[in-house]
Amino acid sequence: MILKKRKKLLESLQNDFRVLVIGAGGLGCELLKDLALSGFGLIHVIDMDTIDVSNLNRQFLFRIQDVGKPKAEVAAARVMQRVKGVTVVPHFCRIEEKDVSFYQDFQIIVLGLDSIEARSYINSVVCGFLVYEEDGSPDMTTIKPLVDGGTEGFRGHARVIYPGLTPCFHCSLWLFPPQVTFPLCTLAETPRSPAHCIEYAHLIQWGQERQGETFDADNPEHMKWIYDQALKRGAQFNISGITYSLTQGVVKNIVPAIASTNAIVAATCALEILKIATMFSTGMDVYMQYTGTEGIYMRTVPHDKDPNCTMCSAGVPVDVDNTITLQKFIDQLLKDSRFKLKLSKPSVSYHGTNLYMQAPPVLEEMTRPNLQLPLLGLMDGNTSGVLNINDRRLTGVLRVRVTFKEGPDSVDMDTVGGV
Amino acid sequence: MAQRNNKYDRQLRIWGEHGQTALERARVCVLNCGPTGSEALKNLVLGGIGSFTIVDASEVSVSDLGNNYLVDWESMGQSKAKSVCALLQELNESVVAKFVEESPEALLKSNPTFFAQFTLVIATQMTETHLLKLEEICRQHNVMLVIARSYGLAGLVRISVREHVIIESKPDNRVEDLRLHIPWPELQSYVDEFDIDTPDNNIHKHIPFAILLIKIAEDWKKAHGGKLPANVRLFKEAITARRRVVEEEDNYTEALKSAYIMLFPPGISSQLRAVLEDKAAEVEASSSDFWIMVAALKQFMANEGQGEPPLDGAIPDMHSFTDYYIKLQKIYQARAEADVTAVEGYVARILKRIGRDSSPIPRSTIKLFCKNSRNLRVLRCKMLSDEYSSRSGSELQRLLAAEESRFFFEQFLCSHPALYILLRAVDHFAATYNRFPGAFDGEIEEDVSRLKSLAVGLLNDMGGGGASLPEDVVSEVCRFGASEIHCVASIVGGIASQECIKLLTRQFTPIQGTLIYNAMSATSLVLNV
Repeated sequence: MILKKRKKLLESLQNDFRVLVIGAGGLGCELLKDLALSGFGLIHVIDMDTIDVSNLNRQFLFRIQDVGKPKAEVAAARVMQRVKGVTVVPHFCRIEEKDVSFYQDFQIIVLGLDSIEARSYINSVVCGFLVYEEDGSPDMTTIKPLVDGGTEGFRGHARVIYPGLTPCFHCSLWLFPPQVTFPLCTLAETPRSPAHCIEYAHLIQWGQERQGETFDADNPEHMKWIYDQALKRGAQFNISGITYSLTQGVVKNIVPAIASTNAIVAATCALEILKIATMFSTGMDVYMQYTGTEGIYMRTVPHDKDPNCTMCSAGVPVDVDNTITLQKFIDQLLKDSRFKLKLSKPSVSYHGTNLYMQAPPVLEEMTRPNLQLPLLGLMDGNTSGVLNINDRRLTGVLRVRVTFKEGPDSVDMDTVGGV
Repeated sequence: MAQRNNKYDRQLRIWGEHGQTALERARVCVLNCGPTGSEALKNLVLGGIGSFTIVDASEVSVSDLGNNYLVDWESMGQSKAKSVCALLQELNESVVAKFVEESPEALLKSNPTFFAQFTLVIATQMTETHLLKLEEICRQHNVMLVIARSYGLAGLVRISVREHVIIESKPDNRVEDLRLHIPWPELQSYVDEFDIDTPDNNIHKHIPFAILLIKIAEDWKKAHGGKLPANVRLFKEAITARRRVVEEEDNYTEALKSAYIMLFPPGISSQLRAVLEDKAAEVEASSSDFWIMVAALKQFMANEGQGEPPLDGAIPDMHSFTDYYIKLQKIYQARAEADVTAVEGYVARILKRIGRDSSPIPRSTIKLFCKNSRNLRVLRCKMLSDEYSSRSGSELQRLLAAEESRFFFEQFLCSHPALYILLRAVDHFAATYNRFPGAFDGEIEEDVSRLKSLAVGLLNDMGGGGASLPEDVVSEVCRFGASEIHCVASIVGGIASQECIKLLTRQFTPIQGTLIYNAMSATSLVLNV
């Protein structure tokens, strides 16, 4: 693209901006092309998958000879071959294998992912970089924009997330429809559809009859076994319509996908990235929905972030007695139903200072005395403030906004003072 | 063959084998292979169209290398059509790839019948006058036409076909065709076998919700002089009253969720009504299979159908014992088959009447038609020549006025009608000044006022005088300098290719009107001018 009179801007795009593309599949291939042809000079791409024949109807950077090779590596090589001046660095690994500092290196991260779990993970990493000022507003220098795209058949979405300003992925989890699961009694006792027979073979029979063997959906022998068992069950219950294609679809949760929708959504994401990098135009407000089944429909939906989001907010509000000790505070957190399943052995820090660390042993020993101290004192006497909670069960940091209140109990002699 | 099915697996799941076959028979022509045309074609090649021909006289230049993925450095100075053709071939060996090194405008003049060989023509980056000529030729030879234009941060896509009939429109808001309010004899007999107040709790919670709803409605009618409940709330209360153990009775939960169908069955949509009342349904010898089936459908609905189209035959999953459900399913399937047979009879009689009994319509086609009969659609596109000479500017005027009071309209409506006018105005500008506005930096301010007066004049000619064009949009369009930006081209080409797929597979519903895309707001709006 020739940007008139903006040679400096182009140079900046080429040399100063580092963009990370997560996923080198349907959206990823399009994103790499779009970003390269928009002038970005340094792009990283990460994907743990290898190329499959069924990718070839849309993942245009791959050829039949590439089947079996890592997507990230083949994609990077093809784009660099076609577009001079761009460097694409591939990473053939899982997103969890990268240290959090890897992600911090990029100005913008764009997602071409196909699972809620993967999106959640990156969302929590990026929200973890967010630091809030005392007044509850985000420190702008810690905001790392995240652009997220998704497609399914003729539908798709694109959105821009500025953690701390616009809704993060977690704030808007309700946008994703619930996953379909069948009740156990239906699968085991009253199957009615081909899918019921298939899932019975997949989720129940496999475990019973092929003990010790992990089911691998990409293993044709495993898939054929499921199909054969499903057919038998179908015959037993007089259910017809079980095909190999349906079996694959149900077991692998296959999402139909075509080139055109991916092209539209990816380019929409790339334009937003270009807007963030160069501010040449207003950005989308804030979430774009695309449907192509009846006419073409592309509209944006503004919405606000959840002020109590556990990932990106200034902190989940927790009221505490103003005499509470750090130990009792941790106990209170563990009993709080909002954090059920999220916490097991929480570590607590305040403005970068470790108040109590569960690990490693050296830090644990050093911070253990703080457990008996009043929290109010540990928070410099501020009647409210944000604590960062870390825990093995959490993928990122959990922010908790503590407000001290006059307790109904009399003052505990053990904990008085410390202010 | 196995590899072909593997390769296309993710799309076969959308449009099926018959849809894919339709794509593989398509002969597509693309005019101009800048990024817009190349991107549209890329998506179609990946999807497996039969063949394509690119028409473009230009050579690969440095600026192409910066915005078109389907050209490479090795082709610098050579035919762009040749380069794009070769690189597209790499994406799918099954597609037949050709190119013609001529400008579309010249070809329109020198050899208009060239276009007759194609199923569909995609015209990209062409101006009004040439599009009018092209449309005439396409209409004459019954070739489908898709128009796509990328212009800076805006875009336009429009279809021009005389008539496009759709059996499989597959709308998103399909309602289940359960006919609970009018159970036919076989269904009623099966319902009569059930005692929904059975003392056996296990049976009680495994009776399919369709049976529950019919029974409970029956009981209500007996107690209320043959009338159905006055509203859904009352009906739901009657259902809840028969429920025993709330947590365990999924069939009752399903019954409550679907209770409204009893009082508000799907009915005949206005779109179906329009198809039934269409003049083309008065068939004669040259009528297409579609219209013959519509004529048969009308007769069916007037007789056995009793005002309803053929039964779909598919039912949703219902929490119940396997054999209750399978039996119920078979009753629906049998009825649907019987309806198909009835329609088949009408088809045969109509074919005979119009003198076509030697070429019957296959039962499989009639079956597909019957199953989708509630959602038939017919598209007839207004000709560009009518649109350009239309005096219906009042629609545009209304939309433009709405822009000004942004309180009342959502932001996404912002500027689409203005862009529509301006995209037409830039072609008038080019015709007058032999260049596009904003081509020379030094003259931008003058170009803005020139463009504005052309646009206002256009709006007046269309009868929309008095409405004002937002100043900022006019200057933005000037700043665009008629550039073809890769990302915008990818989106506009992407939309165009998706429309092509809908037209070629005859599934889903294409755009009806002119689509304006705004990259600044990431929104689109279809205007019916």
